[in-house]
Amino acid sequence: MTSKTVQQRGTVTIRFAGDSGDGMQLTGNRFTSVSAVLGNDVATLPDFPAEIRAPAGSLPGVSGFQLHFADHDILTPGDAPDVLVAMNPAALKTNVEDLDPGATIIVNSDAFSPGNLRKARYDTNPLEDATLDAFNVISVPLSTLTVGALDDTDLGKKEKERAKNMFALGLMSWMFSRPTEPTIEWVRTKFASQPELAEANITAFTAGFAFGETTELFAHSYEVKPAELPPGRYRQITGNAAIAYGLVAAAECTGLPLFLGGYPITPASDVLHELARLKHFGVRTFQAEDEIAGVGAALGAAFAGNLAATVTSGPGVALKAETIGLAVSVELPLLILNIQRGGPSTGLPTKTEQSDLLQAMYGRNGEAPVPIVAASTPGDCFDAAIEAARIAVTYRTPVFVLSDGYLANGAEPWRIPAVDDLPDLRSAVRFATEPNHDGEFWPFQRDPETLARPWATPGTAGLEHRIGGLEKADGTGNISYDPDNHHRMTELRAAKIARIAETIPPLAVDHVEGARLLVLGWGSTYGPIRAAVRRARADGGLVATAHLRHLNPFPSNLGDVLRSYDRVLVPEMNAGQLRRLLRADFLVDVHGYHRVSGLPFTTAELVDAISHELKGLS
Amino acid sequence: MTDTAAPPLRKKDFSSDQEVRWCPGCGDYAILANVQGIMPSLGIARENLVFVSGIGCAARFPYYMETYGFHSIHGRAPAIATGISATRPDLKVFVVTGDGDALSIGGNHLIHAMRRNANLTILLFNNQIYGLTKGQYSPTSELGKITKSTPMGSLDYPFNPVSVALGAEATFVARSIDNEREHLTDMLTRAAAHEGTAFIEIYQNCNIFNDGAFDAVRKNRPQQIRLEHGQPIRFGADHEFGVALKRTGQLEIVDVASVGEDGLLVHDAHRADPGLAFMLSRLSHTPEGPTPIGLFRQIERPVYGTGLNRQVDAAIARRGRGELADLLAGSDSWVVAG
Ligand code: SF4
Repeated sequence: MTSKTVQQRGTVTIRFAGDSGDGMQLTGNRFTSVSAVLGNDVATLPDFPAEIRAPAGSLPGVSGFQLHFADHDILTPGDAPDVLVAMNPAALKTNVEDLDPGATIIVNSDAFSPGNLRKARYDTNPLEDATLDAFNVISVPLSTLTVGALDDTDLGKKEKERAKNMFALGLMSWMFSRPTEPTIEWVRTKFASQPELAEANITAFTAGFAFGETTELFAHSYEVKPAELPPGRYRQITGNAAIAYGLVAAAECTGLPLFLGGYPITPASDVLHELARLKHFGVRTFQAEDEIAGVGAALGAAFAGNLAATVTSGPGVALKAETIGLAVSVELPLLILNIQRGGPSTGLPTKTEQSDLLQAMYGRNGEAPVPIVAASTPGDCFDAAIEAARIAVTYRTPVFVLSDGYLANGAEPWRIPAVDDLPDLRSAVRFATEPNHDGEFWPFQRDPETLARPWATPGTAGLEHRIGGLEKADGTGNISYDPDNHHRMTELRAAKIARIAETIPPLAVDHVEGARLLVLGWGSTYGPIRAAVRRARADGGLVATAHLRHLNPFPSNLGDVLRSYDRVLVPEMNAGQLRRLLRADFLVDVHGYHRVSGLPFTTAELVDAISHELKGLS
Repeated sequence: MTDTAAPPLRKKDFSSDQEVRWCPGCGDYAILANVQGIMPSLGIARENLVFVSGIGCAARFPYYMETYGFHSIHGRAPAIATGISATRPDLKVFVVTGDGDALSIGGNHLIHAMRRNANLTILLFNNQIYGLTKGQYSPTSELGKITKSTPMGSLDYPFNPVSVALGAEATFVARSIDNEREHLTDMLTRAAAHEGTAFIEIYQNCNIFNDGAFDAVRKNRPQQIRLEHGQPIRFGADHEFGVALKRTGQLEIVDVASVGEDGLLVHDAHRADPGLAFMLSRLSHTPEGPTPIGLFRQIERPVYGTGLNRQVDAAIARRGRGELADLLAGSDSWVVAG
């Protein structure tokens, strides 16, 4: 066995694609873990169908997992894959359009049967005609090789064949010089109760690795050196795990027990699952009968003195709107996590979009301002949750946290924060214990600094009081239909939210000398925007960029920042929702770039959008 | 601030300084007085009592109680109250609701609270009409009800609230009447002592929009059947009628004179199976025919909040109190050197 040459690469994007039942998510996740542990920077984009099991071999049944790994810090899961692993014709058909000429395609040739070709709507076999001439196609009989490697086992043919994703993973591990030990370890742990299955998977995996080394099909392998990340201890994390951990951390920071009321909904359910496992942190999760009850129970728990949250996606927020309005009216802390997905209505449950900003901003009856915090990366979901809790508890208000499907399921290396560095929010809780007004308790007598009302929880003797959704008299909290009082209370509620801006850091701008264009983003477009700005600058473009964490209220310097550039471009995965807010608030002619395909922006399209704006300025 | 030497609380200690705003003559007044009246006997500190309501005439109730209170939104009180009671087992949580609030807009929350056996005492004031919105038919209005929204008569078949509660397998189901002071006091006291969801339907007269809806079954009227656990079920002006279980498995109204006392069904409120109680609730679908009041059913079943808190305790006992640093570090981390 002659050992093949190893070529260095700075960055590689791989996409694994196959049937939903082919284990592509698992394969992709495994490859990501190994790459992260190896020290590469990684970013991932799982892409699965909304149906749990669409018919095998069909186009809607294709499940994909893209990952980008590099020897430098990267910001996106990559635009066009350098390598596509296609487990069947349908996977090839649905993904080949995303490839640039010259890309490598590894196909499972065994799956290109007449039946599968028909299901994928291929009239002829693309492996045998000119369809793929622009690419470097490597046909590997993955099924046959896997079954062959497992000859000695007692497994049935079907079970043997099922291990083909491990064969493919082994092959890719060889191709990109990934260590094998961590994966073998991992398989052993995962199948600890089924040692026979564990060994079969390991055999398939090592056979795939060995195949790469020996076959004539591959001339060389590649290596991607570790990236230089800031020092520290790292782990991989998805946005949904990070947001769940952020809630647990916020509970510790505030010293309050955490309560989560929820209802299963894609792509938010994993937050409920994650927290349901963390009961030993004192976390109470409640799977309610519907979205409304999920938030209702959370609001009740907030009244009772918990750090209360509800987690959902856009359709769930629509149902919760009335209760969120009640939370505004009774002024209790409540976290509403919206893991956004494509809309309207049921829309695209498994795809990403950031089109619920205006829903968060305005989706209630009456004047009902709610603060909004948005996460920009999977790991940032952690900090966003803690910041939302700080605002909620300090100002006694519901707060929206906006994440999305891309952040929820995407993973990145995350520098593990030190618990001691987390904010101490206990002083913000300050439960009321004493009468506050001439020996009486006035539930709506506000803190002069924050305008927050006292939080007196049931069980506190002497502070018995009633709250509700009817308008309350300023101070006493008694029902009041007085016209002037209603106007004053409306202004007070708005002023309270506006005051949050005093505790928000000013918007930091990544400016370059001479830049007249500002690219401003919010939420999960952070990565693609930064990557595009970086590339535009490398091409000589003078571009500044900034990213908003707080959407309501805005940081107080935002107007000045906007006005200090000749042109502002806001790329959004919606039809221009932040753009609309900025125009309305600051009378600045903000330009937008909008696309709602259910997928994150590619760097390339944003580079184009930036250069278009730069041209307009010259 | 509770002083051990403080004098025992009295009824008036539970009435808030808010002016009661129901229509003069409304049945709600009698219920309020009754609820306030039983409070001192519960032996629960005032600060540990919480009244939660939705929307409607009945929903104003918490404002009049000198306890903690939450007047929420239409239909959602059971959900909000579940969040309170599940996280704070030290509190006694009441839900005050009406027929529209509980059975129309909030029907889903009501049945699930009962199925779950959340620790709640639910008082449903049934007046068979929408009062606060000025007189539309409600989900308990009799078929053919003529109201502003149904000028030719309502078309939809009404709910019988006790049947609904039994269908949802509530662990405590009772019925009483606004002005039957002793009976209502008895039912309220028993409900408040129950562990889990206690549901009481209270016939409540809305003298403005549906006056006299329950006249046929009020005190000393022949159609009222008083259920007493362990007693044969009899009713009528001279207790001349009774309820018997037929061989077909159905209930039937019989002349006591013809079947004898021994032929009557003896009420068992603690049967595990809700079937017989359900049949009793079906003797008459609406309160015009023979209508039982009293305790239909009371059984024991694990309480939701207790279970929730036990799981937390068990997880801590098994795994130790969670360490945030361990959680954040996870099992698969690596170090990037400086
Ligand atoms: S409308 Fe009817 S139920 Fe409402 S307060 Fe008046 S009498 Fe009572």
